[in-house]
Parts: sequence; C-alpha cells; structure tokens
Amino acid sequence: MSELLVVGISDYKLARCPNVFVTYALGSCVGICLYDRQAKVGGLSHIMLPESSMFSKNEVNRMKFADTAIVDLVRELTRLGGNNRRLVAKIAGGAQMFEVQPGSAIGTIGERNIVSVKNTLHSLNIPIIAEDTGLNYGRTVYFDLDTGIMKVQSLSRSIKEF
Amino acid sequence: MLSNYDELNDVQIDVLREIGNIGAGNAATALSTILDERVEISLPRVRITDFDTAVNALGGAETMTVGVLVNFSGEANGMIMFLLNMEDAKAIMSILIQDDGGDDGQLSELKLSAIKEIGNILGSSYINSISTLTGLTINISIPYIAIDMAGALMSVPIIEFGSVGDKVMFIEECFSAEENNLTSNIIMFAEIETLKIIMERLGLEI
Repeated sequence: MSELLVVGISDYKLARCPNVFVTYALGSCVGICLYDRQAKVGGLSHIMLPESSMFSKNEVNRMKFADTAIVDLVRELTRLGGNNRRLVAKIAGGAQMFEVQPGSAIGTIGERNIVSVKNTLHSLNIPIIAEDTGLNYGRTVYFDLDTGIMKVQSLSRSIKEF
Repeated sequence: MLSNYDELNDVQIDVLREIGNIGAGNAATALSTILDERVEISLPRVRITDFDTAVNALGGAETMTVGVLVNFSGEANGMIMFLLNMEDAKAIMSILIQDDGGDDGQLSELKLSAIKEIGNILGSSYINSISTLTGLTINISIPYIAIDMAGALMSVPIIEFGSVGDKVMFIEECFSAEENNLTSNIIMFAEIETLKIIMERLGLEI
C-alpha cells in the first residue's frame, strides 16, 4: 500500500517503495529527495538553514540544517538497505520570497541553503540529477518512490515533474 | 535564564500580550486618521505558538496569502509580518480605495502598494508600542511584500530567527470599518536577547 508521508519543516522521513512523500510550502527552505532505485528506498529532507555550526551547541535539531540532516538521512537509508554509491538526489526550493534592497541581510538564506545542500551532497558523492531551485516563489514537493519522480507544485504555475 | 520562547512564564507572556494590545490600539488610530473613517480593531488575540499552529490558523501551508514583512533593528532586533488571505486583502481594498472590481483575481500595483502601507503602519505601531514602553531605540526597514503560500512566507522570519526555538508571537485581530469585517494576522519574531531586554526594561525578572 502506498501512503502519503508528510515531511514537516526541519524534518525528514525515509521509506521503502511504494510510498509518496510530500513537504508543503518550501520557501527559502530546501527539499532534498534521495533515492536508491535498485534497493527501492528513498527519503525526503526539509532543511531550514545551511549549517549547524552557525548555532550554539544547545541547538539540537540536526534535521534543521543541510549539513547534518543529509548526512543523517543517508546513514539511515543505508540501514534500510540503500547503498551510498547508488543514491541520487533531486532538490527543490531555496527561493527568495521577498524582494529586498540590495545589500540587505534578509533574503540570501535561500541561496546559502542551496550551496550548503550541494556541498554536502558533493562530499558524500551523491549526484544531483534534477533541481528546481532559486527564484521567488514557494514550492510544494511530492516525491514518488515508485517512479522516482519529484513533482513540484506552486501557486499560479503549472505543475512540473523532474 | 531565558533562552527560548518555551521558557516564557505567564507574566512574561502577559507582557507580550499587552504590547500586542497597545500596538493594535495604535494601529487602529493610525488607520482611522489615514482613512478619515472610524476603524475599530477588536481586542487582539495574542498567542505564543509553534510554526505549524500559526500556519494552520492562516488556513494551511498552501493557502494563498499576502505577506508584508518589516525588519526591525537597533536596541531590539526581529521581524514583524502582517498576513492577510486573498479574500480579506480584496475586502480591505474595498475599505481603502474605491474598488473598481476589475482585477480579475489579481491585485493591481496600486492595491498592492496600499496593502504594503497598511502592513507598514501596523508593523510600526507595534514597534512604537515596544519603544514607548521600554524606551529602546528601534529602527524599522521599509516594508516588503509577497503573495504566495502561507507556509513559504512564514518560514522567512522563522529562518532568520530560527535559533531561538521555533515559537512565534501570533496576533490575530479583527478590523471593522463601515460594513466590512476582516481578520488579519501579525506574527512577530524577536531575538531572544531582545525579549530579555524588553522584560528587563519593564522590571521583570528574567
């Protein structure tokens, strides 16, 4: 039975095929879909911030940060039967929701999130095979473990499949 | 020692509520002056709540929402966001400017800038109330506007101030002018240091 698994903000989930993940309304957050087609396992992570080192030690939610969330999700996928060398990634999000004055500190976080996600995936040797990132609008991401398709839905825009 | 919104005690939450009440009162006065019409704002409902509860109160993460963001800095740091659903945004326009009804589901530039200005007035009213009560010097940015999914908009202040725990101060208030009633929501995010300073200035233990 296929289920719709909802991934919240600063959260990740993993499962075996068949299952569909969804994470709603990514703004400058980034959604990372990881998938091992052969083992038929995958996961979706919804990160909020680029690096855990930006914050003090008492910030314990590792699922909030790109660098810690992805590493943890990969480790858990391995336990579920996934293989590091077969994992591929599709990513979406990292928008700049508000158009701010140049030089303002607000609004660069989406871009920094994308960079951190890419660096982390690169260090784990996981290729990014599709991406829908940046720009200035919110995205809801569906990730179907049966097909490996990432579906991106936005307001007033047609649905895109990757 | 206060290090998280979760650690606010009842007295401290009451203080934040009171700041919300004064801010709403100031906002009503400012709007009445601009519109030259009586604008009443109900006693606001101020809650300290988590992200999901706040998003659900707006109708869910994917609800199309108008957000006006104002950043404040100086002796107090944080963000205030004024949020309206599309229906209420259109309703507020019929109060503000003579609505020609020719928008076809969209909001014209003029209307967007009017909504931006309301967000600005409300945001400034709250900041003024904090500043007046505490004597802190606080600067506010120009307002920024976006129309998108409620969850995507609300994540912006959460991300900027994500390190203080994921609670927000969520203020619901009901405006009425002539025959129109509408609900607006304001979320306020302050750095934890700012909360401490506010409490200290008001003579509360932290």
